[in-house]
Amino acid sequence: MALFENEVRKQLTEILNEMKDDVKLVYFTQQIECPMCREASMFVNEISSLSEKLSQKTYNFVTDKTVAEEYGVDKIPAIVILDKDGTDLGIKYYGVPGGYEINSFLGTVLEVSGHGEEIPDEILNEIKSVKNKIDIKVFVSLACPHCPGAVSTSHRLALENENIRAEMIDSNTFPYLAQRYNVTGVPKIIINEKYELTGAHPINSFLEIMKKIEQEQ
Amino acid sequence: MEFKLSAASFVSEKNFLPLDQSALYDVFIIGGGPAGLTAAVYCMRKGLSTGIVVKSLGGQVADTSDVENYMGYRHISGVDLVEKFREQVHQFPIGYDEGAEVVSFSEGKIKKVVFSDGRSFSCKALIIASGKSWRRLGVPGEDRLTGRGVAFCTVCDAPLFAGKNVVVVGGGNSGVESAIDLAPLASKVTVIQNLSELTADTVLVKKLNSFNNVEFIYNSIVEEILGEDIVSGVKLRDLGTGRVSEIATEGVFVEIGLDPNSRFVPPSLELNRFGEIPVDCNCRTSLTGVFAAGDVTTVAYKQIIIAGGEGAKAALAAWDYLLKLNEEE
Repeated sequence: MALFENEVRKQLTEILNEMKDDVKLVYFTQQIECPMCREASMFVNEISSLSEKLSQKTYNFVTDKTVAEEYGVDKIPAIVILDKDGTDLGIKYYGVPGGYEINSFLGTVLEVSGHGEEIPDEILNEIKSVKNKIDIKVFVSLACPHCPGAVSTSHRLALENENIRAEMIDSNTFPYLAQRYNVTGVPKIIINEKYELTGAHPINSFLEIMKKIEQEQ
Repeated sequence: MEFKLSAASFVSEKNFLPLDQSALYDVFIIGGGPAGLTAAVYCMRKGLSTGIVVKSLGGQVADTSDVENYMGYRHISGVDLVEKFREQVHQFPIGYDEGAEVVSFSEGKIKKVVFSDGRSFSCKALIIASGKSWRRLGVPGEDRLTGRGVAFCTVCDAPLFAGKNVVVVGGGNSGVESAIDLAPLASKVTVIQNLSELTADTVLVKKLNSFNNVEFIYNSIVEEILGEDIVSGVKLRDLGTGRVSEIATEGVFVEIGLDPNSRFVPPSLELNRFGEIPVDCNCRTSLTGVFAAGDVTTVAYKQIIIAGGEGAKAALAAWDYLLKLNEEE
């Protein structure tokens, strides 16, 4: 049985039609000991079949270990989003982008394809001027309507500056991580393992933390 | 697996522009709930140059699972209704910003609205439609442990408390709804109410009573939320006996109603004791050229359709104000 119902498939096709450049999904999975990998595989296969501009390459997390390391993938299911030149932008999904998260996934794919919403120049300049290595983890639950906003914002930051990397982590797929980071409310945003934001935040809140990180250096 | 796709947000017409710091807007709208978005549509249809800042699109509507009393839709989800509002606004070349927060504005013939990121925008008329947000307890431990066991959005966070012992503070509609969402997942739910009974609608209370893992503590208030890195318990005071006790819990859901988002207004703008903005029948506030609409105002009955209607009224009142202003010049 297909993951996307006909109506959803039709809408997804229409949305992906807006893509400008090609986008490539690099997907890491394995056959055993990964309860969500079956749905994730269906997701990656089905969504990439809906647009000629969206392709996918599947790797086995165990046998293709070196590739996983190259992309910094340390758990599965993982989807890495690359631009038309195959550049790793530091944008990842850990878990299936289901529920509300389908919206952040489509938004990110469109933005990576060059169909993004404009950011005011003054804010864009601030993003571009971040010089430190920034690692953003956004913990979500798929039933959370505020979460895609936090994921989109962090992915946009990663897209605009190569020093910034951002990943979505589904708390229900990775409960041990949710526990390790004390996630009891989503979205929960962890920046460089040290700073935390809970709830939906404007780009500005992310930038303020990045400024703090710069001052610490 | 379910996909909650907001298809229209990707394919609908988008003609809005980034807000322009060098422009003098006829009208500037603060807020992106039903009041602010309706005001935006009315202003644009009147041909006014308009800017709008939306902190959280849809406001409380985006947090509402089902809407069954907004005319034209027998049933629609909150998220879908917000999507339709957004689509209707984005068809216009309106100055639009999402995510930023307003920290202050100055009064006068030209008003200046200042954002927390330092940007500022000028306008002739201002419409405040900043709505309400969840009221906090204001007790020790609450801020420190928010996101570490203290939660405000049950639909978002309930799954993270599966098999755990949780407390819901508040016995009104939002508290009881929250307990209903938690009961099937949590091992035990304790509802703490400051009165001697629940004040939620009968249908909700009946539904909550159908679970056998829910307990109630009446006439009590939370004095402190306990825990080092994560919540471990709450300290309660019995309002009758004055006795203080502690109960162990891993989660605290605060559902004690709403507070108006009016902290950014200047002291010269009159507020009532709840922090709401008093308005007259034409949505006028105590400051000339400053209008207000929706849940942030004193207007009774906080409903989507009422907020929408007030937003329309505020826009038309601003239009009238600008007409007279132009005649004077």
